[in-house]
Amino acid sequence: MTTYSRNAKALSILTLAFVLLLAACGGGKQADGPASPSPGSGSSSSASSSPKSEQEKVTIEYWQYEYPAKVALIDELIKQFQEQNPNIVVKQTNFPYDQYNEKVATLVPAGKGPDVINLYYGWLPQYVASGFLQPLPESAFPAASIESDYYPLVSAAKIDGRYWAIPTAVRTLALFYNKDLFAKANITEPPATWEELVEAAIKLTEKDANGQFVVEGLAWEPGAQLHHWYRDGLLHQAGGEDLSEDRRRILWADSPAGLEAFQYLLDFAIKYKVGTTGVFTDDATAFKTGHAAMNIDGSFRLGSLKTDAPDLNYGIAPLPSYKSKSTPSSFWANAIPANVSGAKLEAATKFLQFLTSKEVQEQWVEKVGEFPAQKAVASQDKYLHDEKLGPFIAQLENSKAHFFIDEANERTLFVDATNEVLLNNVPVEKAFRSLVDKTQKLYDEYWAKADQK
Amino acid sequence: MIANAIRQSARAGRRLLSIRLTYKTQRYLFIYLMLALPLLYFIGTRLVPIVYSFNISVREWDVLSPDKPYVGLANFKDLFADEVFRKSIGNTFLFVAVGVPGQLAAGLAVALLLQSVTRFRGFFRTVYFIPYVTSIVAVSWVFRWLLMPNGWVNAALLKLGLDAQLFLQSPHQAPYVIALSMIWQSVGFQMLIFITGLQGIPSVYYEAAHIDGAGPWRRFRHITIPLLNPVILFSAVIAGISYLQAFAQIVSMTQDGGPLNSTRTLVFHIYKLAFKSFEMGSASAATVVLFVLILAFTLLQLKVLNRKVEY
Repeated sequence: MTTYSRNAKALSILTLAFVLLLAACGGGKQADGPASPSPGSGSSSSASSSPKSEQEKVTIEYWQYEYPAKVALIDELIKQFQEQNPNIVVKQTNFPYDQYNEKVATLVPAGKGPDVINLYYGWLPQYVASGFLQPLPESAFPAASIESDYYPLVSAAKIDGRYWAIPTAVRTLALFYNKDLFAKANITEPPATWEELVEAAIKLTEKDANGQFVVEGLAWEPGAQLHHWYRDGLLHQAGGEDLSEDRRRILWADSPAGLEAFQYLLDFAIKYKVGTTGVFTDDATAFKTGHAAMNIDGSFRLGSLKTDAPDLNYGIAPLPSYKSKSTPSSFWANAIPANVSGAKLEAATKFLQFLTSKEVQEQWVEKVGEFPAQKAVASQDKYLHDEKLGPFIAQLENSKAHFFIDEANERTLFVDATNEVLLNNVPVEKAFRSLVDKTQKLYDEYWAKADQK
Repeated sequence: MIANAIRQSARAGRRLLSIRLTYKTQRYLFIYLMLALPLLYFIGTRLVPIVYSFNISVREWDVLSPDKPYVGLANFKDLFADEVFRKSIGNTFLFVAVGVPGQLAAGLAVALLLQSVTRFRGFFRTVYFIPYVTSIVAVSWVFRWLLMPNGWVNAALLKLGLDAQLFLQSPHQAPYVIALSMIWQSVGFQMLIFITGLQGIPSVYYEAAHIDGAGPWRRFRHITIPLLNPVILFSAVIAGISYLQAFAQIVSMTQDGGPLNSTRTLVFHIYKLAFKSFEMGSASAATVVLFVLILAFTLLQLKVLNRKVEY
């Protein structure tokens, strides 16, 4: 080989390395192009075509995440809405759940924002703090009537004394239990108290000769729903409190209840050993495949159980209680971005009123499986007596929805605390104190930023 | 922008033409123009965003708000004060330290073995290459399933009389499991590169060495390795970048870079900052850190590994 050709080779390698280096750096920041946005071209085109119709046509855009049942229903609802309001055109745009914030983060700065947006309630504080949303128009959505008509959990959408979003439907957690495994263990009734839950979980647990799980008594995955179970369920049931009135302070460590509840949750994995992380990859899979006798999961799981495990013989029971009852709940809510004004704002408000109407809430239960956010609609007998939906709805009166300032990080901190105990043998109390401190720090940072503005 | 540039260059071309160009110059002009087109694309989709992210790294920007106040180096200060970020850098280095040598050694070993057989060579080459073209997400889920606490791997260990392991559930094992899965997946690619490199080494060197009485190890040490140097360099750079950028495996195989942040890499941290916490300023600052790391790492590799060999 000549020196020349080797030099050339080295040079080409160098160039390639440089190109890859640049590509590497682009990779971290890069985001996919817009999926199929049809930016608000409506306003300009409608202005020019106005002479024909007496009133101008207004086009508004609705964003929600990709959940087939919801997308199909919204398409249907848009048709109904447009019949009632011939001057308004609604366009729906969807993004996959995992990329939802990512898409918002990339498309909104590019000026391709929605007029009505569907958001997880736990994201609201960040959206509000960013100045992305405007408060719901007080005339169409008076705070007083929201508070009297809706379940109290909706107050998580109240920030700075104003409502920023309003849900069509809400979800709660409940105890999913495998009836066949219950029969096998001779348990007739689903557990109703903390103690009964432990007893049942121990009885239901089945391990092979090597001590490996065959059936988990209670699926145990803190990163899935159990962290919600702690914050909005166990903690209150034990007599503790979540946040101070002004939502600035974490009160978990202010009474012994916080630690008691944390210990109770961990004991399933470390003391009774009825379940642990990663068995059958995750809790939902374990339950679906009959390898977990009980799981604490949300009403949103009903749909996938129906399609993925149609033969699974399972029942739903309210969450076991202790000193009182309390159930985690959550919701996706619709909000209006700050830059929507004039005719578009009017149209967006109308669409929002339509989405929260009784008729739509009823269609929502049937098609999506989430239940109405309004008490009067949800508490109808047809829902309360439903074998699967009933227990979820019955718990709504005692439901809580933690005010997340940063859903992802709050969850990570909780999961880390349980892992410190589980994997590093850190004493439960120490892990708990550090969890409270770190979560408090997150809140302090959020409020420091919010107060600046 | 591109259209404009073409028009401009066309105009420039015409002007030049009017000064009567030779056929040869015209040809070169055309070739360079064609070569410049992808460059423009590259500038638009890569260089500009990089420069922009440098700009954002000194600002506070939560993506949704229109103003981006200048905050100097505050983002960098915050990042390095954050133990999770420091851990993610440490994890990234661990991935590189385990993954790059592992990947090169495994790839070279397979290539050498394949070099010394003649039968079924194509078959084995295909088998080793399959993981490389398989979707990372699919592979990751298969690993997850095999390695779960009550999974097949643990069943096999127990059968052999060994203890069951936590694997992905353990902060001490999870990073190595992921590095190993990445090695396994890229062995095929490295093998291919090394096979090409090995075929480029003239057999006369080996024959001469053989006659001089050099054994297999000395032939490998003094002929194969030095002459493979450019290939090794290329492989090391590619592997290094892929480990510095480890992301998809972490998303699919772990829960949020856990347990206890043991598998949180720099790129994963950037992703969380940017698209989960909406802290674009900090995320851009972290991107700049990554940029500097990759640059330094690649320069180091070029310096250390790029030696000229003359025979």
